[in-house]
Formats: sequence, C-alpha cells, structure tokens
Amino acid sequence: MKHFILFVALAFSTPTLADTIIVQSTTSTQNSGLYDYLLPMLKKDTGVQVNIVAVGTGQAINNAMRCDGDVLLVHARPDEETFIAGGYGKYRRDLMYNDLVIIGPKDDPAKVAGALNVNEVLQRIMQAGVKFASRGDDSGTHKKERLLWQAAAIDPDAGSGQWYLETGSGMGATLNTGVSLGAYVLTDRATWIAFANKQDSTILFEGAPPLFNQYGVIPVSEKRCPNVNHEAAEKFAQWLLSETGQAAIAAYQVEGKQLFFPNANVRLNSSIELK
Amino acid sequence: MNALAEAFRLIITLDADLFEILRLSIRVSLVALIIAAIIGLPLGTWLAITRFPGRKFCILLMNALMGMPPVVVGLMVYLLLSRSGPLGWMGLLYTPTAMIIAQVVLITPIIAALSNQVIEHLHQEYSDTFQSMGVTGRRAVVAYLVDARYALTTCILAGFGRAIAEVGAVIIVGGNIDHLTRVMTTAIALETSKGNLTLALALGTVLLALSLLVNSLVIGVREYAVKRQYA
Repeated sequence: MKHFILFVALAFSTPTLADTIIVQSTTSTQNSGLYDYLLPMLKKDTGVQVNIVAVGTGQAINNAMRCDGDVLLVHARPDEETFIAGGYGKYRRDLMYNDLVIIGPKDDPAKVAGALNVNEVLQRIMQAGVKFASRGDDSGTHKKERLLWQAAAIDPDAGSGQWYLETGSGMGATLNTGVSLGAYVLTDRATWIAFANKQDSTILFEGAPPLFNQYGVIPVSEKRCPNVNHEAAEKFAQWLLSETGQAAIAAYQVEGKQLFFPNANVRLNSSIELK
Repeated sequence: MNALAEAFRLIITLDADLFEILRLSIRVSLVALIIAAIIGLPLGTWLAITRFPGRKFCILLMNALMGMPPVVVGLMVYLLLSRSGPLGWMGLLYTPTAMIIAQVVLITPIIAALSNQVIEHLHQEYSDTFQSMGVTGRRAVVAYLVDARYALTTCILAGFGRAIAEVGAVIIVGGNIDHLTRVMTTAIALETSKGNLTLALALGTVLLALSLLVNSLVIGVREYAVKRQYA
C-alpha cells in the first residue's frame, strides 16, 4: 500500500517553478506561431516560463475572472475595459494590432471585392444568398463581427442555420468550415496567413478602418486574485511592452509577411489606466 | 497517404516534440486507468454480488455515466479545480494531475459498469459454491476479480481506449499548454485548427498505432497466460 501511495504521489507531482505564469490568451497569437517565436526570447531575458492557454477572448476573460490566469492577452477593447473596471486587472496596455479581413471563395459570388466599405460587403453577402461562417463563440473576432452586422443594419440571426452559420468554434475550426463550404468568413489576418488549409479561398476585402484589430495585455490584479504570480506577470507584460519585445513582435513573419504591428509606444497611447 | 508518410517520418526521426506529447498521453491515461481500475473493479464486482435496496438504481446510474460527455466532465473538474473553485487552493488546474482526475471521473464508470456485467454472469454460476464455502464480503470480491481476471482485461482496455482518445475533458482542465499539458488528442485539435490537416492526421495515425500496440500487448499477455494455465 505504501508503494502505491508513493506511486500516486509521484504520478501526481508536477514540478512548479517560482517564475511560471499562465497567460489566458486569444487563439490568433498561438495559431499564427507568434508565441513559439517570442517565448524563448522572453524566457532568456526574464527567466519567466510562460504557459499559454489559448481560447477565445470571451472564454479567456471569463477564465481570468475566475483567477485562472496571471495575465490576459486578448482583443476586445470594451470587454477589456469592463474587466479593468471590475477590478480584475491591474492595468491595460495596447500591445500590438493587426487587422481583420474577409475571406471567401476566389470567384467571389457575392462580389464583395468591389465594395466600398464593410457595410456594403455585408449587405452584398446577405443579398447574394451566399453562406457566411461566424465564430459564434463570444470571441474577440465574433464580438467585432456582431458589431459590424449591427452597423450594417442587418440581423444575421434571421438566417441562422440557413446562410448564417455559427460554428461556435475557434478561428481555425471556423476557417476549416468556411473554406469547405465556400462561405465568407471574418478572420484576423495573422490566423489567415498562417492557416494551412486555404484551398480555394482568399482575402476578398481588407483595409477598411472598422477592421482594425487591437490587442491588449492585462496583468491580473493580485488584490482580486491573491494567487496570481504578479511579479512574473509584470515581467511578462513589461518585456512585451519594452523596446526589445516590441521589436521582436515586429520581426515575426510568416511567408515573408509581418503579422502583428507593435504599438505600445505610440504617442497618445490609447491604453487606459484605472479611471 | 501523405498523412501516413508524415506519421512514419515523425516516428522514424524520433521527433522530440512528438515523443514528449506521446509520453504525456500515455502517462496521464495510464495513471488514470490504474486509479479507475482500483476504484471501478471492486465497485462493479461488489454491486454484482451484494443485494440491497437501490442496487438496481446504482447499476443503472453507473451505466448511464458511461455515456457522460467528456466536455461535461472537463467542465465539472474545471469548476472544482479553478482557483476560485472549492479545490482551487491545491493549484492543480492546467497540470497533468488535473487531466488525470478528469479521466478518472470519465472512465471509472466504464470500468465499473463493464466489470459489473462480467461478474454478474460469474456470480450466477458461483454464488452457491461461494456461499457454502463461507466466502463473503471483501474476500468474495477479491475471489471473483481473480477468477475473472482474463475477462476483465477487456473492461480495462475499454477504459484505456476512452482515456487515450478523449479530447473534450483534457483540453479544458489541461489547457493544451505546450510542453506541459499537451497530449496527442489536444495536439491533433490544435493542428486541425491551424489547418495543418496532414500533420493532424499523422498524429491521429500515431495515436491509432499506440492503441494497437497496447491492445496487442494486453491481449498477447492474456493469451499466453491462459495457455500456460491450461497447458
């Protein structure tokens, strides 16, 4: 029996290091390979071992509100502000941005490529009776997409299950669905560029101001969550925001294309302190 | 076909990442299996040979729990182990231990329910003999388990198969963290979401090969033991 207890204890024991943190993160930063590129450098400079839990922004925020993370790295500004206002985060800083794009089949049956703005794109999609695959999972991209439909004065839910397909899954899974169905999908550019199953789909609409996609970094408050490793979390955030970290983000490329654009040090930084 | 070639390449080149993930998969599922067997086998046996009011309901419940979706198990264990949950102080969320706990919850009913059926069958044959010999209680449970050991390997294998193949529970409580809690199934889910379908399928092939290996080993040992016994 003693041996058994020892065995179980050994099997259960996991080495925990003082400088280990959990980052509740959006998926695009993982799926695009950014973390694989940044984290070894960050570890070398700061000694912090970073464990990434990549889920949608909505789930990441919820997990962090339950104190199951030391840092939050997401892209849904209004929700991040609510998170700060609720006392869950110490501060929020702009970290980097990229943009969202609309992808669809090359032959573009809804003719969105010639549209003037996002509203027109969405109207054309709805009127053409083509399919649109939505995340439907409360992620940052999904929240943004809902706002875009709202701005275009379209209620896609009326076509839910017919032309508006809510996958309830991550970006990659939704892209797999969308590409297979020849549907249009709103995706962040980084995930799309790094996505390996593009088949016949391509970027059809991009570059409009509403498609701007800002990422923020928020260390979880140790007042709210006494268990957080706030020192290591601070090191993580500060490294990303430092010149070294920002330069590293800018240097990351997939297929010769820069995926994320650092903007922590932009003047008139739009980051918010506790109001 | 590409996936098969990729699977071979990963194995032949002893791909370090692959073997790390494979090791963790085996470790988590094996420990979960051992714990689940220690709980499930005696439980199933005991329910087969005792009689008390509500026993039928217990068996029914056990059978129903076999169909428990892994995601639900994962969610329950997550809420339990979350830092703001009742067991949060243990700091187990996003560790292999959390994955083991989730898998134990998932496969104990399977092992208990399947062994229950095996032993119930045996019990119809043996109950009179055992009663006349005065073998009851804990001794009877042990006697039945020893006697049915070969038939029970199938129950064990069913539990292992479920544990090694499920993704829903371990991805929630483990978090699919690279070099810490990434196992075969969560790696497959990740590669699928990156659109690396060939790699995902290759990993699936490796997992299938592992399952084949484990099953052949167990069944081989069983056949050998049976042969020796009756030789």
